[in-house]
Order: sequence, then C-alpha cells, then structure tokens
Amino acid sequence: MKNIHVSTTINGDPTEFICAPDESLLDVLRNRLALTGAKEGCGSGDCGACSVTVNGRLVCSCLVLGAEADGAEVETIEGMADGDKLHPLQQHFIDKAALQCGVCTPGILVAAKALLEKNPNPTDTEVRYWLAGNLCRCTGYDKIIKAVQSAAAEMRGE
Amino acid sequence: MVKVAIWGSLRSATDGKAEVVVEASNFKQLLDQLVIEYPGLEPQIKRGVSFALDGKIYRDAWFTKINDDSEVVLMPYMVGG
Amino acid sequence: MALDENGKRIFKVVGTRPARPDGIDKVTGRAMYGADATAPGMLFGQFLRSPHAHAKIKSIDTSAAEALSGVKAVITSKDFGTPEDESVRDVQDNCMAGDKVLYDGHAVAAVAATSAAIAKQALKLIKVDYEVLPHVTDVDAAMQVDAPIVQAGRAMDDLPAGMSENVTYHFEFGHGDLDAGFAKADKIVERSFKTAATHQGYIEPHACLAAMNSDGKGELWCCTQGQFYVRELCADIMEMDASQLRVTASEIGGGFGGKTTVFIEPVALALSRKSGRPVKVVMSREEVFRASGPTVSSSTDVKIGMTKDGRITAAHATLRYQGGAFPCGTVQFGAQSAFAAYDLDAVQTIGWSAMTNRPKEAAYRAPGAPMAIYAVESVVDELCQELDLDPLEVRLKNAAGEGTKSSYGPTFDAIGLKATLEAAVAHPHYAAPLGPNQGRGLSCGFWFNFGGNTSVSMNLNFDGTVGITEGNPDIGGSRASISQMAAEELGIAYEKVRTIVADTNSIGHNDVTDGSRVTFAVGLATIKAARDAIQKMCARVAKIWDIDEDAVYWEDGYAKPSGPNAGTFEPMSLEEIAAISAETGGPIAGHHEVNADGAGVSFGVHLVDIEVDPETGATTVLRYTVFQDAGKAIHPDYVEGQMQGGAVQGIGWALNEEYIYGEDGRLQNPGLLDYRIPVASDLPNIDTVILEIPNPGHPYGVRGVGETPIVPPLAALSNAVSRATGLRLSELPMSPPRVLKALNAKG
Repeated sequence: MKNIHVSTTINGDPTEFICAPDESLLDVLRNRLALTGAKEGCGSGDCGACSVTVNGRLVCSCLVLGAEADGAEVETIEGMADGDKLHPLQQHFIDKAALQCGVCTPGILVAAKALLEKNPNPTDTEVRYWLAGNLCRCTGYDKIIKAVQSAAAEMRGE
Repeated sequence: MVKVAIWGSLRSATDGKAEVVVEASNFKQLLDQLVIEYPGLEPQIKRGVSFALDGKIYRDAWFTKINDDSEVVLMPYMVGG
Repeated sequence: MALDENGKRIFKVVGTRPARPDGIDKVTGRAMYGADATAPGMLFGQFLRSPHAHAKIKSIDTSAAEALSGVKAVITSKDFGTPEDESVRDVQDNCMAGDKVLYDGHAVAAVAATSAAIAKQALKLIKVDYEVLPHVTDVDAAMQVDAPIVQAGRAMDDLPAGMSENVTYHFEFGHGDLDAGFAKADKIVERSFKTAATHQGYIEPHACLAAMNSDGKGELWCCTQGQFYVRELCADIMEMDASQLRVTASEIGGGFGGKTTVFIEPVALALSRKSGRPVKVVMSREEVFRASGPTVSSSTDVKIGMTKDGRITAAHATLRYQGGAFPCGTVQFGAQSAFAAYDLDAVQTIGWSAMTNRPKEAAYRAPGAPMAIYAVESVVDELCQELDLDPLEVRLKNAAGEGTKSSYGPTFDAIGLKATLEAAVAHPHYAAPLGPNQGRGLSCGFWFNFGGNTSVSMNLNFDGTVGITEGNPDIGGSRASISQMAAEELGIAYEKVRTIVADTNSIGHNDVTDGSRVTFAVGLATIKAARDAIQKMCARVAKIWDIDEDAVYWEDGYAKPSGPNAGTFEPMSLEEIAAISAETGGPIAGHHEVNADGAGVSFGVHLVDIEVDPETGATTVLRYTVFQDAGKAIHPDYVEGQMQGGAVQGIGWALNEEYIYGEDGRLQNPGLLDYRIPVASDLPNIDTVILEIPNPGHPYGVRGVGETPIVPPLAALSNAVSRATGLRLSELPMSPPRVLKALNAKG
C-alpha cells in the first residue's frame, strides 16, 4: 500500500507528514517529527509511556495509527510548557522529587494534565485510578500522587 | 602469621580446616601464599574473591596491610544490582 | 577514607532537598534516552530469535535475507571470534547463539537494513535448521542426574559425584555446632519454599546506536548502568583496544541491575562494522522479557530452632537457584545474606546453582538476597506465631550488632539494625488496629554494598563556578547528591556546581552503577577531589600573600590566614581565586581516582498491613512503612525514593510477578499485561523512616541504600497473609489464584 499524507495540528502547530498505513502515531512522532518525548515502553498499550491526547482524549499513541491524526489536534509532552514557563505539574514533579529515571514522566504528566482538566479536585484514589494505566518502576508512585495533588491545589488557586 | 577464615565449601581444599594460618602482610601476599599452600583454592581465587578485614570488605586491594592480629575472612567476589 | 573526625558536623547543603540538574529535561521530554538518538545514514537492526527452548543449530542460510533490497548486513555467530575469558565468552554466546540455542528467545542472527520494516522482512527470509533437544526449566528438575544437559563441562571442580552436569556452583557458609544448637531449641520449624523468576521491569527497553568506522574506531551510545564495563565487554568481543571504542551512556529509563551487562550492543557494533554505517537497535518489550536478564528462580529449605522465650539456637538453610543457561554464582549472595540479620552461635547455609534452558540471569537490586531472606523471615515468623511471641521483640532479641560474628564470616562494625527495629516498635503503624481478613507482617532486610573503582574530576571555572565530571549513570538522583557533597566541602552554593556523567574517553575508569555504590564511592571521591582543589587554592593564595602554604587554611568557602602570626589578610573566596587562576599558575582542578573500600552494610525493616479478599484471593496492601539505615542521607528525597521504589518492586514480586513457562519451555507471559507489575491503584502511600547510624568508612557516614529495600517485602507480605488467613503460603508470588486455592483447601 502507498504511504499516506496526513495534515494535523501538534501542540497547536499545523503539521504535515507522510506515513505508512500501519505506522503508529508514536512512531510518527518519534521517527518522523523528532518529538521523542513520548516513549515506547511496550508497544501494546500496557505501560502508558507513550501517552498523548488526541482531540482532548488521553490515548496510548502506540495504539493509534498515524493516519488517524488527520484533521485532529494532538498534544504531547513537548507542548505542556508555555515557552520557558513550566506547567505547574512539571514544576511540582521536580520540586517534590516525583521522578527518578524520568522515562515514565512524560506519559504521566500528559495523563495527569488530562485528569485535572476533567476533575480539578480529585481524591488520592481518583488520581491513582486515573494513573493506573501509566506504569512507573522507580518511585512506587507515592511522590507522584503527592506532586499531582500539590500542583492541583496550586492550579485551584489555593 | 595471619589467621584466615575459609568458607564452608572451600574447606575441602584446606583438609577440612575452617581457619588456616599463612605468612602474609598484605592481601596479595595472602592470596599468593594460600595458592601455594592449598592449591585446591586456586580455581576460586582465580574466579575472584573479596576479603573482610576486621569487618570491612575489600574487593581488589592487593596492598591492603594485614596485621598478625587482624580478622581476615575470605569471601566470594561481591557484585550488586 | 574514614568518617570525618570533626565530631557532630553541622551540614549546610548535605541533608537538604535541592532541585536535580536533569529535572527540567525530564519533565519536558527533552532528555535523551537510549532510543532517542539518531545518526545520518543510520540503519535499523533486528534480531532473529529461537522459538525453541533447546536445540542444535544444524545450519543457518542467510543468503535470501542478504539479497533483499535495503539489507546492508547480516550477522551470525560466525562473525565473532572466541574471547579468552570464560565469562566474556558467556556474554558473547548469550548475545548470539553458537552451535546451540539455549532458551526461548536466544538470538541466532541479526539484520541491519534501511528501515525497521525491511529488517523484519529479512528475518523471515533467514532459514534456520534446528534439531530440537529436550529442555529443562525448573531448578529442582535441572539438578536431577537424568536432566537434559544445558551445557556440558561447565560444572565446578569440587562437585559431589551423582549430580547433574547442570549444577555449576556449590557454596557453604556458617559456624558453630548445629546439632547442639537444635538440641537446645524448644521449637523447631522446617519448611521449604519456592520463588519464581522475576524481571527488573525497567520501563525503557534496551536500546543502542553503534557506529564503527573503517579505521577500526567506534562510538556506542546506549542506555546502561556502566559505560566502562560495556566498553570492556564490547572491545573484548569485537577484538578492539578499549581506547578505540568510546561508549556514551544515555539517560537511563531504569536498570535496577538489569542493565549492568550487554545483550544487544556487541551485535549492533558487528552490524555497523559489516555494513559500514551506524546501526540502531531497540529491543521490543517481548524481547526484553525473553532475552534480557531476569532473576534466578529458587527452591529453598530452611530449618530454625528457637527457645520458648524467643532466642534462636540454630539455623540452617539449603538454597537451590537456577540462573538460566549459563553458570551463575548468585546463590553465594543468598547463602551469605540469608541469616545476616542475626547473632547466631550455630548457623549453616548451603547453596547450589544449576543451569536451565532459560535466559541468562542478571542482577535485580540485591541479587540472591530477596528469595533467601524471604524463606528465613517466613520461618522466624512462623516460630513467633507458634510460640506466641512478638515478632519485633524476637528480632531485637536476636539482632546482629556491632561486634557480632556474622553468619557469613566477618565481624560487624557499627550497624543500624537495632535502631531500625526500635524505630518500628515505636512507630504508630505497629500499634494501629486491624480489621477482619487483615494482617500485619514484617521482615528485616540487608545488603552488603560496596565501593569500587571511581574517578572524579573537579574543575574551577574562571567565574567561580565548578564543573564536576564523573562516570556513573544517574539512576536515582546521584548528580544532585554529588553536587551537594562538593558544595558542602568547598563551602559554596549548590547552584554554583554542575555535575555531568562523562563518556569513557573523558574520565578515568568507573565501575558500574550498582552495589549501591555511587553516593558512597563517587561521593567519597568527590570529597577527596574537592580537598585536592582546596589544597591547590590555598597554595595559590599563599603565593599571593607571600606566606607559607601551611599558613593558609580553608573555611566556609574562603582561604584564610591561619593565625595572627601568618599576617593580616582579607579572606579570599573561591570565586576570587578562580578569577585570577590564569595569572597565578593556570586553571585549577582537583581530582581523585580510587578503588574505594569501606562501604557500610544497610539494614532495613518493613511493616505492612494487608487485607485478603476471601472470595477472590486478592491481597490489598493497606499500609506500608519502610525503616532503613542510610548512614547519612545526602538528599533525603532520593533516599526516600529508593526506599519506596524498592519496596513496591518487592510488593510486585510477592503478590503478582512471575515468569511462567509452558511445557514446551517457552515463556508464556512476555508482556506487561500478563507480567503484572504494581500500578498506582494497587498501592497506598509508602511511608518512610530514615535512620542515620554513620558508616565509619565514609567521611560523611554515607551508606548505600538502593538495594536493601527490595529484600524485606517478600516475607513481610507473606507473613501478613499468614496472619490474615491463618495459612502459611510457601510459594511466591501469592497471586489471587494461589491464595484462593489455599483458602478453599483450608475450608
């Protein structure tokens, strides 16, 4: 089959690319657009390291075809900061030591941002269940949950 | 003369002795003497040994000074993860 | 380098929680991990892997693959030589099978092509003629005389007759009269345990980018815990001098011991050499499970005797470990660590190691210790229950301390076990009430830790800032801790120090980031390098003031005259001295190279409350507290992080994680859906209590902390399940089907 020409928006910027019909959005981001923030941890949608949002919906980009991005709005970790101003989640993750090796961090930040946009005042349990699709092997999740909550509090203006 | 504690599975090379006595004033001399007096120890020593000197573990240090009254315990070479 | 003599030092930077230098890169996605690098003209490498657990390779025909358009190189074992060193030969054979495949997933060939798709297509064109052989995957089965032989001629010299050739190692440790000891006991418990193999579960699969030039020089970018060891192995296998191969460590997405060796790098280099182009190799998650380095699986027998007032009179353990298809000595650490927490008159541990048709074992935090201590702590708990004794009081009664002759030989120096036990007794967690189907368990844990070869270089910039070059990949925040120790020693602000991890050409040799060695050994070398720089700065200042060198001393970031006799001079700051270093003799640097010894052991105690669902057999962790001795916590956030992360890995190991092999010897669950690691919704907060009993072997008292936390959870959870259900499970993991089966059998 011939390659497909895709027109999309990534982190607010109009973007065009060519991809194979069976190529994942994750592979497109990493190999064609040099957006290597999303990571491949498993390729089967089990680890969440490749998390992005497509039209505001949190997805594993390894389970989305590059072609499906046509006409959609894609947001990745690279679009989370506003220029050199970090998003509160990013700042709190650094301040609260919510990362060790950091490889799961982009996926977790994208997922946490999606949660707080839906529910700005979640309980710890709600945060834990929302992030159940994002595996972390280094931290045991404790400091991650605390950083999400402290960022949420700041975003609520507390 | 230094007393060296030998771990259980090596004792077949030291006639069953849990402790042997050799003439040595540093780690390298100790290993060389052990091989001379108990050639059955050579394969393990070649594979690698650490030693504990008065409770402190040393992995490779040939010139570590050993006193006559030091506690020396031979141990397998330490690795970690 | 001994603990500083200046008594109770008041630290200004050490012990605080500054931001880490790689933080922004990691929260923005800018940090470069193993798979993130590219090179012009880069090819993509793919591996063909055996579908059989054990088979002779009768022939491999790669001609059709080589002819495929876009394929630039195909590699088999014929493209490699024969390394002299047996352990390097094993690494090479594991990376690419020779005349036999030894496990499901063992690599038999590799292809480099202009796209990953073409490379995968080429794999399908490689014809391998296998003669399938009988296989063995269970450790006890592998030790039987009639077991299929995995590799002939690999057994140790002094093995007793009548054992399978698969048995490669035998260790024995201990002291005292066991018979007399058991005779004194009021109660003896004897029990056998089994643990399954687990995987470190790092979220980042192995990845590298290899670039060999036609002049024989090479560059290798890879995610690794030790770029110098990678260089050593690859140079040996590729028949190159070390100086010809430069290895750069990327940021690493988890290692935990599983990235202390090589699985793909030599083949990537060989593909690059053959094709004349850079080659990128990234393992898939399935390949990571099948063909990287899981832990051993184990079968153990433990026998312990105790008096009715809780004193252990004798202890014995026999451990049988399988470490995959190559000789594996990890059982020696299990045998040494099993009873390490206890002060015993009569103790013996016997360890056996056997080969099986499974992937080659690699370290996972404290290699060999978790499964051994799981068995021992389970039996101690059973004795406490039988004799109706408080489990923490019994640990305290028998705890090793300063002056104890350890079960593995040496006499302990100052250690923190009693302090951690006492902290647990006093903690509110221990007194909290429990409800129905709930139970509380605890366990001690231990790891030796070590120092090792370390090189650190410290350069003073003309503007008074400091650059530190070290060689240990940062897996837990060590760059921050190293900068803290340097800032503390120099007396300057943390923000003025920048620490980087260099490639193998830019700094002297550094042993792998393992053994919980970095904060201890690299920290020690950094302190020494700082003192070296300070001495040089004082010498410069002495010249400026025209006084003797020994009349100048360093305090709080300033060179000062040592007394009224030295003269009246304004103290000079590091910034001022650095600013005129060009005029006073040239750039100022301090450095230190050492094979560090004197690492301190780290003891920990874990308390866990769980609830077992009698309908499903699922175990929910309700509350978890980790107590551990860190000697001196340089950056408390990162010490807590190690304690929490290791504890959760142990929880996964105890409750859910296992390698499952079929009758056909193939791995059944090589993916993160069916190899179930803990997720956020499985867990409560993990509370931490850091004790600080200084290690006499480090100037600030630092003890390594990274490995110990994985050890206690296994028995702590097993003991909790026992107390919640009245059932003693003796096999890990205690997955819901197993617990449910035991509950139903109990009736």
